[in-house]
Amino acid sequence: MPALARLWIKTALGYMVAALLLGVWLAAEPWLPVWIGSADGQGSVAAVRASGGLTAALRAVFVHLFVVGWLTQLIFGVAYWLFPRHSREEPYGRSEWAWLSFGLLNGGLLLRAAAEPARAVGGSGFWAWSLVVAALLQWIATVCYAAYIWTRVRTK
Amino acid sequence: MPERSVWIVRGALVYLCAGVTLGTLLLVDKGLGIGSRIWLYRPLHVEFLFFGWMVQLVFGVASWILPSAPSRQSDLPLLAACAALNVGLWLAGWGAVGGATGVLFVGRVTEAVSVALFAAYVWPRVRAFARA
Repeated sequence: MPALARLWIKTALGYMVAALLLGVWLAAEPWLPVWIGSADGQGSVAAVRASGGLTAALRAVFVHLFVVGWLTQLIFGVAYWLFPRHSREEPYGRSEWAWLSFGLLNGGLLLRAAAEPARAVGGSGFWAWSLVVAALLQWIATVCYAAYIWTRVRTK
Repeated sequence: MPERSVWIVRGALVYLCAGVTLGTLLLVDKGLGIGSRIWLYRPLHVEFLFFGWMVQLVFGVASWILPSAPSRQSDLPLLAACAALNVGLWLAGWGAVGGATGVLFVGRVTEAVSVALFAAYVWPRVRAFARA
């Protein structure tokens, strides 16, 4: 199994654990004490929670850590390893695009995981633009991967 | 990889790009609040990525990589499953976008028929390899 496939699959396993831990947190949230602290100096986390904004943001992060971080990256890693080889001389073809995709996808996903709850508790400016950057990083990563793997989706 | 799988997997990649593009617009809107109408299309984002990308990829890869059936097998159920999946996901997606529950229901039924056809197609191929 090539290094990038191993990296992708092990990273995916990490996201699976992280997503499920966040899922446990979300399930336990109604019973958690409201001592976490002030969100941004203007309103308490309890008040934000009451509005449902933080919970909705964390739920979105949970879903995307699971679906993008775990499932999609597992697929990307296994496909990189398993799909028909590009050529005998260069079995994985232009793999720099796949490496780029790995970096951008994880950068975008982690940035989203930080920015979405921050935005929900009142963060603006920096966090708003962080969401935009996270979205674009993930989009570029996907297009890079699709373009890369397209050349390996072929008959012999 | 047989030609049928090539086309199915490439179709899945197209859905991946389409679904992520919609998701990108949704996330940009979360950041900047440029236009809430984009949220009407969130069901298409979900349909494209779950059914168009993941389920269709499973169809394509399984039809390539599973052991061949003990007797000669027609590709017709696989092609019908893919056709039904594509019709179903568009119906379910647009049904949800437009609030047309009848269309959404027909879409879900078509998706269910699709996976049933696929299960019937791969069932004889889920078996031990013949001993050499």
